[in-house]
Amino acid sequence: MTDVTANPRGLGDAARADLGGLKQRHPGVFRASPRNRALAILIPLAMLAVAIIAMVLLDFSLVRILNGLSRLGRFAVLMIPPDAEGRAWAFTVALGETLGIAFLGTLTAAILAFPVAFLAARNVIPNIFVHFGTRRTFDVVRSVDTLIWALMWINVVGLGPFAGVLAIACADFGSFGKLFSEAIEATDGKASEGVAAAGGSKLHQVRFGLVPGVLPVIASQVLYFFESNTRSATIIGIVGAGGVGIYLTELIRVLELKQVAFLILMILVTVAIIDFISTRLRMAIIGKQKLS
Amino acid sequence: MATAVPVLPEPQARALADAYASAVAARRMRGLAVLIAIVVLALISGYLAHVRPLTLFANIGNFGSFISRTIPDFSSGNPIADLRAWYWNFPGWLGLLGQTILIAYLGTLMGALAAIALCFFASANIALGRGSRIATRRLLEFCRTVPDIVFALIFVIAFGLGPMAGVFALAIHTTGALGKLFAEVVENIDMKPVEGMRATGASWIQTVRYAVLPQVAPGFASYALLRFEINVRGAGVMGFVGAGGIGQEFLVAIRNFYYSDVSAILLMIIATVIIIDMLTERLRHRLIGFEGAR
Repeated sequence: MTDVTANPRGLGDAARADLGGLKQRHPGVFRASPRNRALAILIPLAMLAVAIIAMVLLDFSLVRILNGLSRLGRFAVLMIPPDAEGRAWAFTVALGETLGIAFLGTLTAAILAFPVAFLAARNVIPNIFVHFGTRRTFDVVRSVDTLIWALMWINVVGLGPFAGVLAIACADFGSFGKLFSEAIEATDGKASEGVAAAGGSKLHQVRFGLVPGVLPVIASQVLYFFESNTRSATIIGIVGAGGVGIYLTELIRVLELKQVAFLILMILVTVAIIDFISTRLRMAIIGKQKLS
Repeated sequence: MATAVPVLPEPQARALADAYASAVAARRMRGLAVLIAIVVLALISGYLAHVRPLTLFANIGNFGSFISRTIPDFSSGNPIADLRAWYWNFPGWLGLLGQTILIAYLGTLMGALAAIALCFFASANIALGRGSRIATRRLLEFCRTVPDIVFALIFVIAFGLGPMAGVFALAIHTTGALGKLFAEVVENIDMKPVEGMRATGASWIQTVRYAVLPQVAPGFASYALLRFEINVRGAGVMGFVGAGGIGQEFLVAIRNFYYSDVSAILLMIIATVIIIDMLTERLRHRLIGFEGAR
Protein backbone atom coordinates (compact mmCIF):
# COMPACT_ATOMS: atom_id res chain seq x y z
CA MET A 1 0.00 0.00 0.00
CA THR A 2 1.35 3.41 -1.00
CA ASP A 3 1.75 5.98 1.72
CA VAL A 4 -0.50 8.76 0.52
CA THR A 5 0.42 11.36 3.09
CA ALA A 6 4.13 11.18 2.34
CA ASN A 7 3.68 11.32 -1.41
CA PRO A 8 0.41 12.99 -2.51
CA ARG A 9 0.87 11.84 -6.07
CA GLY A 10 1.49 8.27 -5.01
CA LEU A 11 -2.14 7.19 -5.13
CA GLY A 12 -2.60 8.56 -8.64
CA ASP A 13 0.63 6.95 -9.83
CA ALA A 14 -0.37 3.62 -8.34
CA ALA A 15 -3.79 3.84 -9.94
CA ARG A 16 -2.32 4.75 -13.33
CA ALA A 17 0.14 1.85 -13.13
CA ASP A 18 -2.72 -0.53 -12.42
CA LEU A 19 -5.15 1.03 -14.94
CA GLY A 20 -5.71 -2.21 -16.85
CA GLY A 21 -6.52 -4.08 -13.67
CA LEU A 22 -8.85 -1.35 -12.43
CA LYS A 23 -10.74 -1.35 -15.74
CA GLN A 24 -11.11 -5.09 -15.50
CA ARG A 25 -12.32 -5.03 -11.91
CA HIS A 26 -14.75 -2.07 -12.23
CA PRO A 27 -15.98 -2.09 -15.82
CA GLY A 28 -19.15 -0.16 -14.91
CA VAL A 29 -17.21 2.93 -13.83
CA PHE A 30 -15.23 3.20 -17.04
CA ARG A 31 -17.89 2.40 -19.62
CA ALA A 32 -21.54 3.37 -19.67
CA SER A 33 -23.79 0.35 -20.06
CA PRO A 34 -24.80 -0.30 -23.68
CA ARG A 35 -28.43 0.44 -22.80
CA ASN A 36 -27.66 3.88 -21.36
CA ARG A 37 -25.38 4.66 -24.25
CA ALA A 38 -28.06 3.68 -26.78
CA LEU A 39 -30.63 5.78 -24.92
CA ALA A 40 -28.27 8.76 -24.82
CA ILE A 41 -28.02 8.64 -28.61
CA LEU A 42 -31.53 7.49 -29.52
CA ILE A 43 -33.57 9.91 -27.37
CA PRO A 44 -32.03 13.11 -28.79
CA LEU A 45 -32.26 11.64 -32.29
CA ALA A 46 -35.94 10.83 -31.81
CA MET A 47 -36.60 14.31 -30.42
CA LEU A 48 -34.83 15.87 -33.38
CA ALA A 49 -36.79 13.71 -35.84
CA VAL A 50 -40.10 14.71 -34.25
CA ALA A 51 -39.00 18.35 -34.33
CA ILE A 52 -38.18 18.18 -38.05
CA ILE A 53 -41.48 16.45 -38.83
CA ALA A 54 -43.27 19.10 -36.77
CA MET A 55 -41.55 21.91 -38.66
CA VAL A 56 -42.59 20.40 -41.98
CA LEU A 57 -46.18 19.91 -40.83
CA LEU A 58 -46.41 23.44 -39.39
CA ASP A 59 -45.24 25.07 -42.67
CA PHE A 60 -41.94 26.42 -41.44
CA SER A 61 -40.12 28.18 -44.23
CA LEU A 62 -36.77 29.91 -44.13
CA VAL A 63 -37.99 32.71 -46.38
CA ARG A 64 -40.85 33.57 -44.04
CA ILE A 65 -38.55 33.41 -41.03
CA LEU A 66 -36.03 35.77 -42.61
CA ASN A 67 -38.73 38.17 -43.81
CA GLY A 68 -40.33 38.05 -40.38
CA LEU A 69 -37.04 38.75 -38.64
CA SER A 70 -36.37 41.79 -40.80
CA ARG A 71 -39.90 43.02 -40.07
CA LEU A 72 -39.34 42.42 -36.35
CA GLY A 73 -36.16 44.47 -36.59
CA ARG A 74 -38.12 47.31 -38.13
CA PHE A 75 -40.76 47.02 -35.39
CA ALA A 76 -38.03 47.23 -32.75
CA VAL A 77 -36.77 50.47 -34.30
CA LEU A 78 -40.31 51.86 -34.45
CA MET A 79 -40.80 51.08 -30.75
CA ILE A 80 -38.10 53.56 -29.71
CA PRO A 81 -38.69 55.78 -27.87
CA PRO A 82 -41.64 54.39 -25.87
CA ASP A 83 -44.26 57.10 -25.75
CA ALA A 84 -47.80 57.13 -24.40
CA GLU A 85 -48.84 59.84 -26.86
CA GLY A 86 -51.30 61.34 -24.43
CA ARG A 87 -52.96 58.12 -23.33
CA ALA A 88 -50.98 57.51 -20.15
CA TRP A 89 -54.05 58.09 -17.95
CA ALA A 90 -56.21 55.67 -19.97
CA PHE A 91 -53.46 53.07 -19.66
CA THR A 92 -53.23 53.62 -15.90
CA VAL A 93 -56.98 53.14 -15.50
CA ALA A 94 -56.82 49.96 -17.56
CA LEU A 95 -53.91 48.68 -15.46
CA GLY A 96 -55.92 49.38 -12.31
CA GLU A 97 -58.77 47.40 -13.82
CA THR A 98 -56.31 44.58 -14.55
CA LEU A 99 -55.11 44.52 -10.95
CA GLY A 100 -58.72 44.56 -9.77
CA ILE A 101 -59.54 41.58 -11.99
CA ALA A 102 -56.53 39.65 -10.71
CA PHE A 103 -57.21 40.39 -7.04
CA LEU A 104 -60.91 39.70 -7.09
CA GLY A 105 -60.54 36.62 -9.28
CA THR A 106 -57.89 35.11 -7.02
CA LEU A 107 -59.86 35.94 -3.87
CA THR A 108 -63.09 34.44 -5.22
CA ALA A 109 -61.29 31.30 -6.34
CA ALA A 110 -59.60 30.90 -2.94
CA ILE A 111 -62.84 31.39 -1.00
CA LEU A 112 -64.70 28.91 -3.19
CA ALA A 113 -61.91 26.33 -3.29
CA PHE A 114 -61.13 26.36 0.45
CA PRO A 115 -64.16 24.37 1.67
CA VAL A 116 -64.23 22.09 -1.37
CA ALA A 117 -60.55 21.19 -0.99
CA PHE A 118 -61.35 19.43 2.30
CA LEU A 119 -63.64 17.09 0.37
CA ALA A 120 -60.71 16.16 -1.87
CA ALA A 121 -58.32 15.43 1.00
CA ARG A 122 -57.85 11.77 1.85
CA ASN A 123 -57.29 12.40 5.56
CA VAL A 124 -60.56 14.32 5.98
CA ILE A 125 -62.91 12.31 3.77
CA PRO A 126 -61.71 8.71 3.63
CA ASN A 127 -64.49 7.83 1.17
CA ILE A 128 -62.63 7.14 -2.07
CA PHE A 129 -65.53 8.09 -4.35
CA VAL A 130 -65.91 11.54 -2.82
CA HIS A 131 -62.28 12.57 -2.84
CA PHE A 132 -61.49 10.92 -6.16
CA GLY A 133 -64.52 12.54 -7.78
CA THR A 134 -63.69 15.96 -6.36
CA ARG A 135 -60.10 15.63 -7.59
CA ARG A 136 -61.15 14.78 -11.12
CA THR A 137 -63.57 17.72 -11.09
CA PHE A 138 -60.65 19.99 -10.17
CA ASP A 139 -58.58 18.46 -12.99
CA VAL A 140 -61.30 19.13 -15.57
CA VAL A 141 -61.81 22.73 -14.40
CA ARG A 142 -58.06 23.26 -14.39
CA SER A 143 -57.47 21.95 -17.89
CA VAL A 144 -59.65 24.68 -19.42
CA ASP A 145 -57.57 27.79 -20.09
CA THR A 146 -58.44 31.17 -18.56
CA LEU A 147 -59.13 32.65 -22.00
CA ILE A 148 -61.62 29.88 -22.79
CA TRP A 149 -63.40 30.48 -19.47
CA ALA A 150 -63.47 34.18 -20.36
CA LEU A 151 -65.15 33.47 -23.69
CA MET A 152 -67.82 31.42 -21.93
CA TRP A 153 -68.46 34.00 -19.19
CA ILE A 154 -68.76 36.76 -21.78
CA ASN A 155 -71.83 34.92 -23.04
CA VAL A 156 -73.33 35.17 -19.54
CA VAL A 157 -72.42 38.61 -18.16
CA GLY A 158 -71.47 40.40 -21.36
CA LEU A 159 -68.20 41.96 -22.45
CA GLY A 160 -66.18 43.66 -19.74
CA PRO A 161 -63.89 43.09 -16.78
CA PHE A 162 -66.52 41.23 -14.75
CA ALA A 163 -66.29 38.32 -17.18
CA GLY A 164 -62.53 38.40 -16.61
CA VAL A 165 -62.97 38.15 -12.84
CA LEU A 166 -65.24 35.14 -13.22
CA ALA A 167 -62.87 33.52 -15.73
CA ILE A 168 -59.86 33.81 -13.42
CA ALA A 169 -61.98 32.63 -10.50
CA CYS A 170 -63.01 29.50 -12.44
CA ALA A 171 -59.59 28.63 -13.82
CA ASP A 172 -57.93 29.10 -10.42
CA PHE A 173 -60.65 27.22 -8.58
CA GLY A 174 -59.28 24.03 -10.14
CA SER A 175 -55.65 24.81 -9.36
CA PHE A 176 -56.38 25.95 -5.82
CA GLY A 177 -58.51 22.89 -5.13
CA LYS A 178 -55.63 20.63 -6.12
CA LEU A 179 -52.96 22.58 -4.22
CA PHE A 180 -55.07 23.11 -1.09
CA SER A 181 -56.06 19.45 -0.85
CA GLU A 182 -52.41 18.45 -1.25
CA ALA A 183 -51.48 20.89 1.54
CA ILE A 184 -54.19 19.42 3.76
CA GLU A 185 -52.98 15.88 3.11
CA ALA A 186 -49.42 16.88 3.93
CA THR A 187 -50.32 18.08 7.42
CA ASP A 188 -49.20 16.21 10.47
CA GLY A 189 -52.13 14.13 11.77
CA LYS A 190 -51.12 14.49 15.42
CA ALA A 191 -52.93 17.77 16.00
CA SER A 192 -56.30 16.43 14.88
CA GLU A 193 -55.69 13.21 16.81
CA GLY A 194 -55.14 15.35 19.88
CA VAL A 195 -58.38 17.21 19.30
CA ALA A 196 -60.19 13.90 18.83
CA ALA A 197 -58.67 12.57 22.07
CA ALA A 198 -59.92 15.64 23.92
CA GLY A 199 -63.44 14.82 22.73
CA GLY A 200 -63.62 17.07 19.69
CA SER A 201 -66.06 16.26 16.91
CA LYS A 202 -65.02 15.81 13.27
CA LEU A 203 -65.69 19.52 12.66
CA HIS A 204 -63.57 20.48 15.67
CA GLN A 205 -60.74 18.34 14.33
CA VAL A 206 -60.80 20.19 11.05
CA ARG A 207 -61.15 23.63 12.63
CA PHE A 208 -58.55 23.28 15.40
CA GLY A 209 -56.36 20.44 14.12
CA LEU A 210 -56.04 21.11 10.39
CA VAL A 211 -56.89 24.72 9.58
CA PRO A 212 -54.18 26.38 11.72
CA GLY A 213 -51.58 24.14 10.06
CA VAL A 214 -52.59 24.69 6.46
CA LEU A 215 -53.56 28.36 6.60
CA PRO A 216 -50.02 29.77 6.16
CA VAL A 217 -49.30 27.40 3.25
CA ILE A 218 -52.59 28.31 1.62
CA ALA A 219 -52.05 32.05 2.12
CA SER A 220 -48.65 31.78 0.49
CA GLN A 221 -50.08 29.89 -2.50
CA VAL A 222 -52.86 32.44 -2.91
CA LEU A 223 -50.34 35.28 -2.96
CA TYR A 224 -48.23 33.43 -5.51
CA PHE A 225 -51.28 32.98 -7.74
CA PHE A 226 -52.18 36.65 -7.38
CA GLU A 227 -48.72 37.37 -8.73
CA SER A 228 -49.18 35.13 -11.75
CA ASN A 229 -52.75 36.30 -12.27
CA THR A 230 -51.65 39.90 -12.72
CA ARG A 231 -49.86 38.50 -15.76
CA SER A 232 -52.86 36.52 -17.06
CA ALA A 233 -55.17 39.48 -16.43
CA THR A 234 -53.14 41.58 -18.84
CA ILE A 235 -54.05 39.27 -21.71
CA ILE A 236 -57.65 38.52 -20.82
CA GLY A 237 -58.70 41.66 -22.69
CA ILE A 238 -57.71 40.00 -25.97
CA VAL A 239 -61.09 38.25 -26.01
CA GLY A 240 -62.86 41.32 -24.60
CA ALA A 241 -62.89 40.51 -20.90
CA GLY A 242 -61.48 43.80 -19.59
CA GLY A 243 -58.15 45.11 -18.45
CA VAL A 244 -55.18 46.34 -20.34
CA GLY A 245 -55.28 43.57 -22.97
CA ILE A 246 -57.82 45.34 -25.13
CA TYR A 247 -55.41 48.27 -25.64
CA LEU A 248 -52.55 45.88 -26.24
CA THR A 249 -54.45 44.03 -28.98
CA GLU A 250 -55.74 47.13 -30.71
CA LEU A 251 -52.44 49.00 -30.58
CA ILE A 252 -50.52 46.03 -31.97
CA ARG A 253 -53.09 45.56 -34.74
CA VAL A 254 -52.77 49.18 -35.88
CA LEU A 255 -48.99 49.16 -35.31
CA GLU A 256 -48.89 52.05 -32.82
CA LEU A 257 -45.63 50.55 -31.64
CA LYS A 258 -44.42 53.44 -29.47
CA GLN A 259 -47.56 53.16 -27.38
CA VAL A 260 -47.20 49.35 -27.31
CA ALA A 261 -43.67 49.70 -25.97
CA PHE A 262 -44.83 52.19 -23.34
CA LEU A 263 -47.68 49.94 -22.27
CA ILE A 264 -45.43 46.88 -22.05
CA LEU A 265 -42.99 48.86 -19.91
CA MET A 266 -45.87 49.89 -17.64
CA ILE A 267 -46.93 46.26 -17.32
CA LEU A 268 -43.37 45.14 -16.55
CA VAL A 269 -43.02 47.76 -13.81
CA THR A 270 -46.42 46.91 -12.29
CA VAL A 271 -45.68 43.19 -12.31
CA ALA A 272 -42.27 43.82 -10.72
CA ILE A 273 -43.89 45.88 -7.93
CA ILE A 274 -46.55 43.23 -7.27
CA ASP A 275 -43.86 40.51 -7.27
CA PHE A 276 -41.83 42.48 -4.75
CA ILE A 277 -44.77 43.07 -2.39
CA SER A 278 -46.06 39.53 -2.60
CA THR A 279 -42.61 37.97 -2.08
CA ARG A 280 -42.21 40.13 1.05
CA LEU A 281 -45.63 39.08 2.33
CA ARG A 282 -44.98 35.42 1.62
CA MET A 283 -41.67 35.60 3.48
CA ALA A 284 -43.47 37.16 6.44
CA ILE A 285 -46.10 34.41 6.39
CA ILE A 286 -44.05 31.24 6.05
CA GLY A 287 -40.50 32.32 6.86
CA LYS A 288 -37.66 32.74 4.43
CA GLN A 289 -36.18 29.28 4.58
CA LYS A 290 -39.31 27.59 3.22
CA LEU A 291 -39.70 29.96 0.31
CA SER A 292 -38.59 28.18 -2.76
CA MET B 1 -60.05 7.53 42.61
CA ALA B 2 -60.37 11.24 42.17
CA THR B 3 -57.32 13.01 40.91
CA ALA B 4 -56.54 16.20 42.73
CA VAL B 5 -56.54 19.04 40.25
CA PRO B 6 -54.12 21.68 41.45
CA VAL B 7 -55.98 24.95 41.76
CA LEU B 8 -53.87 28.06 41.63
CA PRO B 9 -54.49 30.80 44.14
CA GLU B 10 -56.92 33.41 42.87
CA PRO B 11 -54.52 36.32 42.02
CA GLN B 12 -52.07 34.06 40.19
CA ALA B 13 -54.83 32.39 38.19
CA ARG B 14 -56.28 35.76 37.26
CA ALA B 15 -52.90 37.03 36.05
CA LEU B 16 -52.52 33.97 33.83
CA ALA B 17 -56.06 34.23 32.54
CA ASP B 18 -55.54 37.92 31.74
CA ALA B 19 -52.30 37.17 29.88
CA TYR B 20 -54.09 34.48 27.88
CA ALA B 21 -57.01 36.77 27.13
CA SER B 22 -54.74 39.59 25.98
CA ALA B 23 -52.72 37.22 23.77
CA VAL B 24 -55.89 35.93 22.16
CA ALA B 25 -57.21 39.46 21.79
CA ALA B 26 -53.99 40.58 20.08
CA ARG B 27 -54.23 37.69 17.64
CA ARG B 28 -57.90 38.40 16.99
CA MET B 29 -57.10 42.08 16.36
CA ARG B 30 -54.44 41.13 13.85
CA GLY B 31 -56.80 38.70 12.12
CA LEU B 32 -59.46 41.39 12.01
CA ALA B 33 -57.02 43.93 10.56
CA VAL B 34 -56.02 41.50 7.78
CA LEU B 35 -59.68 40.76 7.11
CA ILE B 36 -60.55 44.46 6.89
CA ALA B 37 -57.60 45.08 4.56
CA ILE B 38 -58.75 42.25 2.29
CA VAL B 39 -62.35 43.50 2.27
CA VAL B 40 -61.28 47.07 1.47
CA LEU B 41 -59.02 45.87 -1.34
CA ALA B 42 -61.82 43.65 -2.66
CA LEU B 43 -64.24 46.60 -2.68
CA ILE B 44 -61.73 48.78 -4.55
CA SER B 45 -61.08 45.94 -7.00
CA GLY B 46 -64.79 45.40 -7.43
CA TYR B 47 -65.23 49.07 -8.28
CA LEU B 48 -62.31 49.02 -10.74
CA ALA B 49 -63.43 45.80 -12.39
CA HIS B 50 -67.05 46.95 -12.77
CA VAL B 51 -68.38 44.02 -10.79
CA ARG B 52 -72.15 43.91 -11.07
CA PRO B 53 -73.48 41.13 -8.83
CA LEU B 54 -77.01 41.92 -10.00
CA THR B 55 -76.07 41.16 -13.62
CA LEU B 56 -74.52 37.93 -12.44
CA PHE B 57 -77.65 36.91 -10.52
CA ALA B 58 -79.91 37.99 -13.35
CA ASN B 59 -77.88 36.11 -15.94
CA ILE B 60 -76.60 33.14 -13.99
CA GLY B 61 -79.45 31.22 -15.57
CA ASN B 62 -77.82 31.98 -18.92
CA PHE B 63 -74.79 29.98 -17.86
CA GLY B 64 -77.02 27.01 -17.13
CA SER B 65 -78.85 27.36 -20.40
CA PHE B 66 -75.54 27.92 -22.20
CA ILE B 67 -74.22 24.67 -20.78
CA SER B 68 -77.46 22.83 -21.47
CA ARG B 69 -77.53 24.11 -25.05
CA THR B 70 -74.03 22.76 -25.62
CA ILE B 71 -75.24 19.28 -24.67
CA PRO B 72 -75.69 17.52 -27.98
CA ASP B 73 -79.00 16.17 -29.20
CA PHE B 74 -79.21 12.44 -28.49
CA SER B 75 -82.92 11.99 -29.09
CA SER B 76 -83.18 10.46 -32.54
CA GLY B 77 -82.94 6.94 -31.13
CA ASN B 78 -79.75 6.17 -33.00
CA PRO B 79 -76.86 7.00 -30.64
CA ILE B 80 -74.14 6.29 -33.20
CA ALA B 81 -75.67 8.62 -35.77
CA ASP B 82 -76.10 11.25 -33.06
CA LEU B 83 -72.47 10.89 -32.08
CA ARG B 84 -71.50 11.24 -35.73
CA ALA B 85 -73.57 14.39 -35.99
CA TRP B 86 -72.04 15.80 -32.81
CA TYR B 87 -68.46 15.07 -33.91
CA TRP B 88 -69.17 15.82 -37.59
CA ASN B 89 -65.70 17.29 -38.06
CA PHE B 90 -63.78 14.80 -35.92
CA PRO B 91 -60.83 14.21 -38.32
CA GLY B 92 -60.40 17.94 -38.86
CA TRP B 93 -60.45 18.70 -35.15
CA LEU B 94 -58.10 15.82 -34.42
CA GLY B 95 -55.67 17.26 -36.97
CA LEU B 96 -55.88 20.67 -35.33
CA LEU B 97 -55.30 19.12 -31.92
CA GLY B 98 -52.26 17.35 -33.34
CA GLN B 99 -51.08 20.70 -34.63
CA THR B 100 -51.63 22.20 -31.18
CA ILE B 101 -49.49 19.50 -29.56
CA LEU B 102 -46.77 19.96 -32.18
CA ILE B 103 -46.76 23.72 -31.55
CA ALA B 104 -46.34 23.04 -27.83
CA TYR B 105 -43.59 20.46 -28.54
CA LEU B 106 -41.56 22.69 -30.83
CA GLY B 107 -42.03 25.72 -28.59
CA THR B 108 -40.91 23.76 -25.55
CA LEU B 109 -37.93 22.21 -27.35
CA MET B 110 -36.66 25.51 -28.76
CA GLY B 111 -37.28 27.33 -25.50
CA ALA B 112 -35.58 24.62 -23.46
CA LEU B 113 -32.50 24.63 -25.71
CA ALA B 114 -32.24 28.42 -25.48
CA ALA B 115 -32.75 28.20 -21.71
CA ILE B 116 -29.98 25.59 -21.39
CA ALA B 117 -27.67 27.88 -23.36
CA LEU B 118 -28.51 30.89 -21.18
CA CYS B 119 -28.97 29.43 -17.69
CA PHE B 120 -25.25 28.89 -17.01
CA PHE B 121 -24.63 32.59 -17.61
CA ALA B 122 -27.46 33.49 -15.23
CA SER B 123 -26.48 31.24 -12.31
CA ALA B 124 -24.51 32.69 -9.43
CA ASN B 125 -21.95 29.88 -9.17
CA ILE B 126 -21.00 29.14 -12.79
CA ALA B 127 -21.46 32.57 -14.41
CA LEU B 128 -18.51 34.05 -16.26
CA GLY B 129 -18.87 37.56 -14.89
CA ARG B 130 -21.14 39.87 -12.98
CA GLY B 131 -22.10 41.99 -15.96
CA SER B 132 -23.13 39.12 -18.23
CA ARG B 133 -24.98 37.49 -15.33
CA ILE B 134 -27.14 40.54 -14.67
CA ALA B 135 -27.76 41.09 -18.39
CA THR B 136 -28.86 37.46 -18.85
CA ARG B 137 -31.14 37.63 -15.81
CA ARG B 138 -32.87 40.80 -17.10
CA LEU B 139 -33.30 39.22 -20.53
CA LEU B 140 -34.89 36.10 -19.03
CA GLU B 141 -37.13 38.24 -16.84
CA PHE B 142 -38.36 40.16 -19.87
CA CYS B 143 -39.09 36.97 -21.83
CA ARG B 144 -41.00 35.58 -18.86
CA THR B 145 -43.07 38.63 -17.93
CA VAL B 146 -44.46 39.48 -21.36
CA PRO B 147 -47.23 36.88 -21.83
CA ASP B 148 -46.79 34.41 -24.70
CA ILE B 149 -49.97 35.55 -26.41
CA VAL B 150 -48.64 39.12 -26.65
CA PHE B 151 -45.56 37.81 -28.45
CA ALA B 152 -47.95 35.83 -30.65
CA LEU B 153 -49.88 39.02 -31.51
CA ILE B 154 -46.66 40.70 -32.68
CA PHE B 155 -45.31 37.61 -34.44
CA VAL B 156 -48.54 37.05 -36.34
CA ILE B 157 -47.98 40.43 -37.94
CA ALA B 158 -44.28 39.80 -38.55
CA PHE B 159 -44.33 36.17 -39.72
CA GLY B 160 -47.87 36.02 -41.06
CA LEU B 161 -50.85 34.07 -39.73
CA GLY B 162 -50.16 30.45 -38.89
CA PRO B 163 -48.61 28.08 -36.39
CA MET B 164 -45.06 29.39 -36.86
CA ALA B 165 -45.88 32.57 -34.95
CA GLY B 166 -47.33 30.48 -32.13
CA VAL B 167 -44.21 28.29 -31.95
CA PHE B 168 -41.89 31.29 -31.67
CA ALA B 169 -44.12 33.00 -29.11
CA LEU B 170 -44.18 29.90 -26.92
CA ALA B 171 -40.44 29.40 -27.40
CA ILE B 172 -39.58 32.90 -26.15
CA HIS B 173 -41.86 32.66 -23.12
CA THR B 174 -40.52 29.17 -22.37
CA THR B 175 -36.94 30.46 -22.56
CA GLY B 176 -37.72 33.01 -19.86
CA ALA B 177 -39.61 30.65 -17.59
CA LEU B 178 -37.25 27.68 -17.93
CA GLY B 179 -34.10 29.82 -17.89
CA LYS B 180 -34.90 30.98 -14.39
CA LEU B 181 -35.75 27.48 -13.11
CA PHE B 182 -32.67 25.96 -14.80
CA ALA B 183 -30.44 28.63 -13.27
CA GLU B 184 -31.83 27.72 -9.86
CA VAL B 185 -31.09 24.04 -10.52
CA VAL B 186 -27.53 24.95 -11.49
CA GLU B 187 -27.14 27.03 -8.34
CA ASN B 188 -28.10 24.02 -6.20
CA ILE B 189 -25.45 21.63 -7.54
CA ASP B 190 -22.61 20.11 -5.58
CA MET B 191 -19.58 22.30 -6.40
CA LYS B 192 -16.94 19.65 -5.70
CA PRO B 193 -16.86 18.19 -9.24
CA VAL B 194 -16.59 21.74 -10.62
CA GLU B 195 -13.60 22.46 -8.39
CA GLY B 196 -12.08 19.15 -9.43
CA MET B 197 -12.44 19.98 -13.11
CA ARG B 198 -11.02 23.46 -12.60
CA ALA B 199 -8.06 22.01 -10.73
CA THR B 200 -7.21 19.82 -13.72
CA GLY B 201 -7.11 22.93 -15.91
CA ALA B 202 -10.33 22.26 -17.79
CA SER B 203 -11.83 25.10 -19.83
CA TRP B 204 -15.18 26.63 -18.90
CA ILE B 205 -17.04 24.61 -21.52
CA GLN B 206 -15.40 21.38 -20.40
CA THR B 207 -16.28 22.16 -16.79
CA VAL B 208 -19.92 22.74 -17.69
CA ARG B 209 -20.05 19.62 -19.84
CA TYR B 210 -18.44 17.14 -17.43
CA ALA B 211 -19.06 18.60 -13.97
CA VAL B 212 -22.36 20.48 -14.19
CA LEU B 213 -24.43 18.89 -16.94
CA PRO B 214 -24.53 15.34 -15.49
CA GLN B 215 -25.81 16.76 -12.19
CA VAL B 216 -28.50 18.97 -13.64
CA ALA B 217 -29.80 16.88 -16.57
CA PRO B 218 -32.62 15.09 -14.67
CA GLY B 219 -33.80 18.36 -13.13
CA PHE B 220 -33.75 20.08 -16.51
CA ALA B 221 -35.73 17.28 -18.14
CA SER B 222 -38.30 17.28 -15.36
CA TYR B 223 -38.89 21.05 -15.57
CA ALA B 224 -39.02 20.91 -19.38
CA LEU B 225 -41.73 18.24 -19.22
CA LEU B 226 -43.70 20.34 -16.74
CA ARG B 227 -43.40 23.29 -19.13
CA PHE B 228 -44.58 21.12 -22.03
CA GLU B 229 -47.75 20.44 -20.03
CA ILE B 230 -48.31 24.18 -19.55
CA ASN B 231 -47.49 24.92 -23.18
CA VAL B 232 -50.12 22.46 -24.43
CA ARG B 233 -52.70 24.61 -22.62
CA GLY B 234 -51.07 27.76 -24.00
CA ALA B 235 -50.99 26.41 -27.56
CA GLY B 236 -54.70 25.65 -27.26
CA VAL B 237 -55.50 29.37 -27.12
CA MET B 238 -52.87 30.57 -29.62
CA GLY B 239 -55.55 30.27 -32.31
CA PHE B 240 -57.48 33.13 -30.67
CA VAL B 241 -54.99 35.54 -32.23
CA GLY B 242 -54.49 33.50 -35.41
CA ALA B 243 -51.34 31.66 -34.37
CA GLY B 244 -52.43 28.11 -35.21
CA GLY B 245 -53.91 25.18 -33.36
CA ILE B 246 -57.42 24.34 -32.24
CA GLY B 247 -58.12 27.78 -30.72
CA GLN B 248 -59.29 29.37 -33.94
CA GLU B 249 -61.94 26.70 -34.45
CA PHE B 250 -63.13 27.09 -30.86
CA LEU B 251 -63.34 30.87 -31.16
CA VAL B 252 -65.42 30.56 -34.32
CA ALA B 253 -67.73 28.02 -32.68
CA ILE B 254 -68.33 30.13 -29.58
CA ARG B 255 -68.70 33.46 -31.41
CA ASN B 256 -71.18 32.01 -33.90
CA PHE B 257 -73.14 30.09 -31.25
CA TYR B 258 -72.45 26.62 -32.71
CA TYR B 259 -73.25 25.18 -29.31
CA SER B 260 -72.69 21.49 -29.92
CA ASP B 261 -69.35 22.27 -31.59
CA VAL B 262 -68.30 24.19 -28.47
CA SER B 263 -68.87 21.17 -26.25
CA ALA B 264 -67.31 18.78 -28.75
CA ILE B 265 -64.09 20.80 -29.11
CA LEU B 266 -63.92 21.62 -25.41
CA LEU B 267 -64.19 17.94 -24.46
CA MET B 268 -61.41 17.09 -26.91
CA ILE B 269 -59.18 19.81 -25.45
CA ILE B 270 -59.85 18.67 -21.87
CA ALA B 271 -59.17 15.03 -22.76
CA THR B 272 -55.89 15.94 -24.50
CA VAL B 273 -54.68 18.10 -21.63
CA ILE B 274 -55.51 15.44 -19.03
CA ILE B 275 -53.85 12.63 -21.04
CA ILE B 276 -50.69 14.71 -21.53
CA ASP B 277 -50.68 15.62 -17.84
CA MET B 278 -50.81 11.96 -16.91
CA LEU B 279 -48.08 10.92 -19.36
CA THR B 280 -45.66 13.67 -18.35
CA GLU B 281 -46.32 13.04 -14.68
CA ARG B 282 -45.39 9.39 -15.12
CA LEU B 283 -42.24 10.31 -17.05
CA ARG B 284 -41.26 12.87 -14.44
CA HIS B 285 -41.67 10.38 -11.63
CA ARG B 286 -39.35 8.00 -13.47
CA LEU B 287 -36.79 10.77 -13.99
CA ILE B 288 -36.90 11.80 -10.35
CA GLY B 289 -36.63 8.13 -9.44
CA PHE B 290 -33.43 7.90 -11.49
CA GLU B 291 -32.08 10.93 -9.70
CA GLY B 292 -32.89 9.47 -6.31
CA ALA B 293 -31.28 6.14 -7.16
CA ARG B 294 -27.95 7.63 -8.12
